[in-house]
Amino acid sequence: MTPAVVRELSAELRGFREVQSLAYECAEAVAAQLKPGVTEREAARMQREWLRERGVRDWFHLPFAWFGDRTAFAGFRIPLQFFPTNRKLEAGMPFILDMAPVHKGYTADIGYSGSLGLNPVQDKLLADLEAHRELIVREVRERRSLREIYEDVDRLMVRQGYANRHRAYPFGVIAHKVDRVKERRISPTLFGFGTQSLKGLASDAIHGHRDGWSPLWSPYKFSDHPPQPGLWAVEPHLGFRGTGAKFEEILVVTDSKDPEQSAFWLDDDLPHVRRWAEGI
Amino acid sequence: MAELKGLAGARERWVSTGGVELCVAELGDPTRPTVVLVHGYPDSKEVWSEVAERLADRFHVVLYDVRGHGRSTAPTPLRGGFTLEKLTDDFLAVADAVSPDEPVHLVGHDWGSVQSWEFATVRRTEGRIASFTSMSGPSLDHFGHWIKKRMARPTPRRVGQLLGQGAKSWYVYMLHTPVLPELAWRGPLGKRWPKILERMEKVPAGDYPTPSLPSDAAHGAWLYRDNVRARLSRPRADAYAHVPVQLVLPLGDIFLSQRLYDELELWAPGLVRRTLPAKHWVPRTRPDQLSAWISEFVLANEEREAGVPAHRTKATGKHAERFGGQLVLVTGAGSGIGRATAFAFAEAGARVVAVDRDAESAARTAEMAQLIGAPQAWAETVDVTDEQAMEKLAEKVAAEYGIVDVLVNNAGIGLSGSFFDTTPEDWKKVLDVNLWGVIHGCRLFGKQMAERGQGGHIVNTASAAAFQPSKALPAYSTSKAAVLMLSECLRAELAGQGIGVSAICPGLVNTNITATARFAGVDAEEEKRRQKKSSRLYGLRNYPPEKVADAILTAVVRNQAVVPVTPEARGAHLMSRFTPKALRAVARLEPPL
Repeated sequence: MTPAVVRELSAELRGFREVQSLAYECAEAVAAQLKPGVTEREAARMQREWLRERGVRDWFHLPFAWFGDRTAFAGFRIPLQFFPTNRKLEAGMPFILDMAPVHKGYTADIGYSGSLGLNPVQDKLLADLEAHRELIVREVRERRSLREIYEDVDRLMVRQGYANRHRAYPFGVIAHKVDRVKERRISPTLFGFGTQSLKGLASDAIHGHRDGWSPLWSPYKFSDHPPQPGLWAVEPHLGFRGTGAKFEEILVVTDSKDPEQSAFWLDDDLPHVRRWAEGI
Repeated sequence: MAELKGLAGARERWVSTGGVELCVAELGDPTRPTVVLVHGYPDSKEVWSEVAERLADRFHVVLYDVRGHGRSTAPTPLRGGFTLEKLTDDFLAVADAVSPDEPVHLVGHDWGSVQSWEFATVRRTEGRIASFTSMSGPSLDHFGHWIKKRMARPTPRRVGQLLGQGAKSWYVYMLHTPVLPELAWRGPLGKRWPKILERMEKVPAGDYPTPSLPSDAAHGAWLYRDNVRARLSRPRADAYAHVPVQLVLPLGDIFLSQRLYDELELWAPGLVRRTLPAKHWVPRTRPDQLSAWISEFVLANEEREAGVPAHRTKATGKHAERFGGQLVLVTGAGSGIGRATAFAFAEAGARVVAVDRDAESAARTAEMAQLIGAPQAWAETVDVTDEQAMEKLAEKVAAEYGIVDVLVNNAGIGLSGSFFDTTPEDWKKVLDVNLWGVIHGCRLFGKQMAERGQGGHIVNTASAAAFQPSKALPAYSTSKAAVLMLSECLRAELAGQGIGVSAICPGLVNTNITATARFAGVDAEEEKRRQKKSSRLYGLRNYPPEKVADAILTAVVRNQAVVPVTPEARGAHLMSRFTPKALRAVARLEPPL
């Protein structure tokens, strides 16, 4: 890459990084306020309000909150079950907060796992996610096909004794592309997804279809291609009996020849990464 | 009277109360928590000898002969001498003598439990009891309310429950006739009783019943006459337990229906339930299990009293009442159905031994099992085909962890390919793991189980291929059919010893058996392709191993013989019985690989 391209890229990346860290800040702030009796709907509203107060007007998708065995997507069959319910938080329960705000035209999509008080099972799951973060970036750098990487993630989960819960996501995706979004005066949502972002994803899908790639990273044939340059929101999601844990953050893929530059995580200063660094 | 073997080393003393002298025996260190064992009808304290012996190294164990039984003296006159009030006086006198400063942990069986319910629910014993473990003896007050409730609003189900328990209580009416029961007990019944017990209950012969049986039984008839009618017609309304209660429920009890305990939580908040596939005389037939549960409950309550926070993960899984604290060994526990089964037992609170030839994955299973509720879990690395290694494992498990209560022979490998493509080596390998692995498991661990004589269960993982012929899986199907037949034969052999045997036939389940299966008669590359293809097919079917694990636990609880799990396995099982010709036609199809 020429220095000019790198400069432009880094300006762009800074925008994405800012909104991603804003979203994680929101997750930590909301998580700190959770107490027994709070419902998923209330937790989702807390996220929405926190971000609205800080200037977020559009969404890739509206904030979700899952409590208890819903973190493991127990019995999830249709996408409507993703939406927050009146399930109440109890002591020791695991929870996941998931939000995708659009700020100043930049999109983030994050997932934050935690528990109300001690939950040794979820702690273990969170610790085991570290291996997945390393595996994903390593294999993307090796330019393996996305489908192959998906299968390797799957195998690692099975070896760890877990079930792959992102299989319950629409199209079984482990990741999807994110992009800049045009700022509009009104930003309607459709089934919880921002229409602007959906438009972007759809146009990616159409262009990608012509060139043989897809903006959705799935276990299916349409993901049988090397990683496409761009920003990918990656969300490996582990389930173990009634407990689930995930992280979601942005992986930057470029067409650089330098392996280090060809794929890297947008930001390493995130709650789960700090947690591993502290050796908890 | 001759010195009794079971209570050897016991310190005896006499406690006088209300005109009778009670014979009290003590075992173990008096500074430890005191556990008082109360016997039933027609027994004496020796009914507890097996349990007392097992508890004595951890607790101060106290046994006493109830008035009129064993070596305690009888009240005069007998009528009116056995009321629950007087029995409560006796208990308090014994408790004050053996543990004047600390409350005691109470354990009662049969009438011992009936009277202990009285002790645990009346005001004057408050502060003298720390916990109560009840088996095969309901509170007469609760029983009275139970009957009243069913009489007041008799739905068909409630009438059925009333009639059922009514039929089981035949001996209660008999005991209300005057003189005749005494004559029978002192005459022919008393003489034959040990043999009857041995035949009906499979109570192992030993120091029990004692020679005092005829007079114990004759005196004890007054327990019924003095209390039953009075309490059942006018039950106390305030019979709430003021101590933590653990209920041990023998499922095969011929005297008491399980329904009696349906609403017990109303009377005993925080009740801990345990179920046991056994008959009435559990202190004789299941001493290991009882002493384990009593110890656990007593220690938990001691810790709570001492203010130690509960640190253990609570077992919340299905069938926790049945498997809590039991020892379960699973082979092939490093992945797939074996791992899921180990986890399901762990969730039910069982102690788990995870066996696999891959050390790392066995260790992983054990580690995760402990996180979700297993009080203890161990990993063992063994190849089930290695006879000597299996023998060593069996010795080690028995010495270090105890006798296995549930054995799951699950380890297995896949092999596909036509008969003529299958080499003798292929045959040997698949039979070694799938059949010989099971044989070794049953032979070694099953033998320990049978020798202990306290029941247990063996689960063998066969396959739907055991009854579904196929031209693609001759060796695999043969090995699994052998496992199925072995299980059925063993089931017949062990039925008399309270050991159940189940064969599980899962069907197409999403595990890595397809990814590691051998495909005979093709080169390495084609083998890899087929492994991938079959894994993908199994993945599309996506039947989770967790559901098979659930089926395994249920099979043990219900003692089922053959359990086809997936719908296709159930279909094939039905077809094998009713339309075997159609199944043979299916066998000729080429699998889509």
